Amino acid sequence: MTDYKNLKLIATSSPHIRGSETTRSIMLDVIIAMLPALIWAVVMFGFKALTLTVVSVVGCMFWEWLYRTLMKKPQSVADLSAVVTGMLLAFVSPVTTPYWTILIGDFFAIVVVKQLFGGIGKNFVNPALAGRAFLVGSYASIMTTWIAPGEKAPLFGSTADIVTAATPMAYLKTGDMETLMSTYSVADMFMGKIGGSLGEVSVLMLLIGGAYLLFRKVINWHTPVAYIATVAVLSFLFPKAGSGLDWMLYSVFGGGLMLGAFFMATDYATSPVTKKGQLIFGIGCGLFTVLIRYFGSYNEGVCYSIMVMNLCVALIDKYTKPTRFGVVKSDKKEAAAK
Amino acid sequence: MAQAFFGGVHPNDMKAATNEKAIEQLAPPAEVVIPMSMHFGAPCTPLVKAGDHVKVGQKIGEFRGLGAPIHASVSGTVKVVEPRPYTMGGNMMSVVIENDFQNELSEEVQAPADPDALSVDEMVEMVKNAGIVGMGGATFPTHVKITSGIGKVDTVIINGAECEPYITGDHRTMLERPEEIIGGCRYLAKMFGVDKVIIGVEDNKQNGIDAMNQVIAAQKAPVVVEPLHCRYPQGGEKQLCQAITGKQVPPGGLPANIGCAVFNINTTCAIYRAITQGMPVVNKVVTVSGSGVVEPKNLECPIGTPFSCLFDACGGLNDKTYKLVAGGPMMGMAQYTADVSVGKGTGAILAFCENEEQTVEHPQCIRCGKCVAACPMHLEPLFMYQYASKNMLDELNDAHIMDCMECGACAYACPARVHLTHMFKYGKQKLKDKMAADKAAAEAKKAAEEKKEAANK
Repeated sequence: MTDYKNLKLIATSSPHIRGSETTRSIMLDVIIAMLPALIWAVVMFGFKALTLTVVSVVGCMFWEWLYRTLMKKPQSVADLSAVVTGMLLAFVSPVTTPYWTILIGDFFAIVVVKQLFGGIGKNFVNPALAGRAFLVGSYASIMTTWIAPGEKAPLFGSTADIVTAATPMAYLKTGDMETLMSTYSVADMFMGKIGGSLGEVSVLMLLIGGAYLLFRKVINWHTPVAYIATVAVLSFLFPKAGSGLDWMLYSVFGGGLMLGAFFMATDYATSPVTKKGQLIFGIGCGLFTVLIRYFGSYNEGVCYSIMVMNLCVALIDKYTKPTRFGVVKSDKKEAAAK
Repeated sequence: MAQAFFGGVHPNDMKAATNEKAIEQLAPPAEVVIPMSMHFGAPCTPLVKAGDHVKVGQKIGEFRGLGAPIHASVSGTVKVVEPRPYTMGGNMMSVVIENDFQNELSEEVQAPADPDALSVDEMVEMVKNAGIVGMGGATFPTHVKITSGIGKVDTVIINGAECEPYITGDHRTMLERPEEIIGGCRYLAKMFGVDKVIIGVEDNKQNGIDAMNQVIAAQKAPVVVEPLHCRYPQGGEKQLCQAITGKQVPPGGLPANIGCAVFNINTTCAIYRAITQGMPVVNKVVTVSGSGVVEPKNLECPIGTPFSCLFDACGGLNDKTYKLVAGGPMMGMAQYTADVSVGKGTGAILAFCENEEQTVEHPQCIRCGKCVAACPMHLEPLFMYQYASKNMLDELNDAHIMDCMECGACAYACPARVHLTHMFKYGKQKLKDKMAADKAAAEAKKAAEEKKEAANK
C-alpha cells in the first residue's frame, strides 16, 4: 500500500486544473494564421519576402533575448510573441526594405515599445505598428517604395533598377477611380495582384488566416467586423469618385485594412477586454482610417488609426465595464434617478 | 433546456472514470476522526470525552448560534478529543472514535410513527437535529436556510448540476437512490408550501434524469427535472437560479432575495432520511478520482473516515502524486497531508500525479480578456488581479471583488496561467480586514468623542 507520509504534496489555491490554451499556443495560432499571406507574398514578390520576414523574426527574438539578458529578467522568447511581432513588422513593410532597416524597426518595436513598458501585455501601442511608424518617420523613401505587381525583389543589393508602381491607395487618395479601375480589377485587389506592403496585399489569404483565428477562438469577431464594416459603410456613403460600391470595394480591399483588422487591431495588449469595448474600438479604428485616407497627408490610414485607438483603450475599458451580476436594468435606472 | 448563465468555461468533465461505477460501501474504518467544524458557522462543542462509549447517530457535538450538531458515525470508544488536521486547513478540535465494529444504533435515533403527518415545525426540528448542512460543499446549515426561507421562497431548486469535473456522487445517487431524492423533494415542498420542486441537472447525466423522471411519474410527485447546459459553474447557486428562473440574485444577496432556495442532491437525500428514519448525517458519498488514484471509485463511508482509508480502498496512490484535493478540481482545497478526514461537505477526494496544474514560472497577463468573458459574475479578473497584487484596496472594492465567488473559471481560462483565484482570496481577506479595522477605528473615534463631550459637560 502507498506510504502516504512520504508523498511530497503541494497545497496551492484552486483551481487545480487549467485549460489547454497557453500564451504560446495562442501565438502559434497567430503565426499559423499569417502563413497563407506569407506564401502569397513569396509568390508575388519573390523569395525576398521570406528572407525579410525571417530576418525580422530573428531580429525581434534577438532584441528581446538581449534586453532580458542585460536587465537580468526571466527569458520570454519562448512565448513566441516576439516571432509574431517580427512577422507583422515585415508584413507592414515594403518587400524592398533593406535588412538593416527592418532590424532597426525590430529594435524600436521590441525594446522601446514592448520591453521598456514591461514586456508582453504591457506595451501601450501595437509594437509592430509602432516599429513601422518609426521607420516611416525615419526612412520615408524606403518605406514608400512599392514594386510593380509581377516584379520580383532581389534578395540582396540595390533596388534602384526595380520597376515601381503606385499602389491602389495612391489612386484612392487623388480620387482617380478611372486609372485605378483600369490598372487593378476588383479581382486583382481581392487576390492580391497589386502593389503594397509585403503581407497586406492578398485579401483572400488574410481572410483565410482571420477565419482560422476566429475558428480557434483566438480573436473575437467584434473588432475586425466593426472595423471593416465602419470603413465599408463610410466609403459607400461618401465616395470621392465613381460609384459608392466601387469606391467601397477598393477601399476595403486596398491598403492594410484586412491585415490591420484581423491581426493588428485584435492585439490583446492594445485592445479593450470587453466585447462591447472591442466594438467601439473597431468603429473608432474604421473612423480614423477613413478620415486619414480622406484628409490626411498619408495615402494609408490603417497604421495610425489603430495606434490612435490603442491609446484610447484605457478610456474605453473604463467606460465599458460589464454590469455586475445581479444588477438589472431597472435597478440601474433607479440608482440613476436617485 | 433552461436558459444559460453568464460566462463560464467548459472543462473536460473527466467523469468517465467513475460515472458507471455503483456506489460501494467502504469497509468500516478502524478509527474515525470527526472534526467539530463541518458547517458554516462557529465550531461545535464536543459532548464526549476520552473513554466514553458512543453509538451510531449519537450526538457528540453541540452547536452555538449558526451551525448544526455533529453525530458519531460509528459505534465504539472515544479514544481522544484533540485538535487534528482537517480539510479546511490547519487543525480543528476533533473527536477520535475507535470503531468496535458492532454498528450499534443510538437510542437517540427515533423514526417518527407517521412521517407524512408531521407538521412543518416538527420537520424542521428533525432536519436541525439530524445535523444537515449543504452537502455540495458550502455546508450552510439546512434548517436555517429552511426557516429563514419559509414565506419568502416560491421556487425550490434542487442542485443536481454537479458541474465540477471528476465528481460523480450526485449522478450515482440519481441512478441508485432516486426515491430518496424525490422523497426529500416532497418534504421540502411541504415545508416551503410550494406546489413544485425543480431539480436542475446538467444534460451530461441523461440516465440520471430518466431515473428520476420514472420515479416522479410513478409517484405523481410534485417535482420537475430541468435539464441544464453542461457548463461550469452551472452548479453555482446564483448561476443555477439564473439558469432556471432567469432572475439574478442581487449583489451580496442570497437566492432567498429572488424567492429561491437551493438544496444539493445529497442534502435532499439527507432530509429524506432524517424525516423518515430520524437518521442524522453519518455517511457521505465520496468520489475518489484523479490521475493519482489507481482505481477511481464512488464510495459511501462514515463521516470522519481518514482519506488514507479511502485511497487504500481504491488501490492506493501513484507514487508521483503531488496534490490531494478535498472537493472538486475547480474549487476544492488542496491538502498538505492524507491524515485529514471526510466531512459533511466532502463530495470528492482527488489525487493528481500528472501535469493538471500546469503552472508556469513567471505568469504574465497578456490582456486577452478571456477571464472577463469567463466570469459568471461579470467582473474583470485581470484588473482585480492588478489591484490585489498592488494592495490597492479601494480600487479592489470598486471592482466588486466581494462579488467574486472564487469559482476559478477565470484562472481556468487564463492562457498565461496567472494565479487569479489565489490573488482574489488574498484580496478579499485583505479587504475584509481593512473594513473591520476601519469600523473599529470609527467606533473608537466615536467613543473618544463621546467621552470628551461627557468630560466637557
